[in-house]
Amino acid sequence: MAADEVRVQIVSDSDIVAARSMGRTLAIKLGFSSGDITLIATAISELARNILSYARQGEILLRTVDGSNRTGILIVASDEGPGISDIRQALRDGFSTSGSLGMGLPGVRRLMDEFEITSEPMHGTTVKVKKWKQ
Amino acid sequence: MEVPILKQGSYLIATVQGALTDADLLELRAALLERVVRMRSQGVILDLTALDVMDSFASRTIREIADMIRLRGAATVIVGIQPEVAFAMVQLGLTLEEVTTALDLEEGLAYLNQKSKEARI
Repeated sequence: MAADEVRVQIVSDSDIVAARSMGRTLAIKLGFSSGDITLIATAISELARNILSYARQGEILLRTVDGSNRTGILIVASDEGPGISDIRQALRDGFSTSGSLGMGLPGVRRLMDEFEITSEPMHGTTVKVKKWKQ
Repeated sequence: MEVPILKQGSYLIATVQGALTDADLLELRAALLERVVRMRSQGVILDLTALDVMDSFASRTIREIADMIRLRGAATVIVGIQPEVAFAMVQLGLTLEEVTTALDLEEGLAYLNQKSKEARI
């Protein structure tokens, strides 16, 4: 099966809704449970929100991933914003520099199965998360 | 997507019809507060049965709505949060602890009726 791939540009709050609805569609297509579909949509919403709050604009990429005997969904949130100087601090519950709840990254990590972040100050941030179908 | 607000006696019932953008949530906040003031409402039910996702912004805005309405002397009940949405919220760390919740519209109305009965005693 060819990997499905969708990219959503995030430049305004309505793009957050568009991104999570595309994630939902892909997750339904892959046969995720309704509980997991909501977790995936919630993670996308939070990642897209981070892009808007910290970098003003960026992109969410959604793709199917085939493991050896399992299928999953990959979400890549990337931006060319200010980056995160202290990733460990950003992953701690309750930490926020944009006046939000500070739930963003640690919360997303709990929603998904795999979580990877790279960030370079002044060059941007990329967050990759995966959820495997149970 | 605009959220319709219906008046039922001294209560207002706002029923979310689907996914909400941040702008929709802020509009809902302004519209509810304006109506509570204009109609001297004693209670508000916010029905979230059709809400797809409750993320940090939605959760914060709903808490603000409940706080503002409480400061006006009225009560707010959130009803209809779907089990999947509740599960995702807790995983994300959003608990809406300060806000009254009920299973559905009927339970929400029962709560408001009870509360206004207590207030009259």
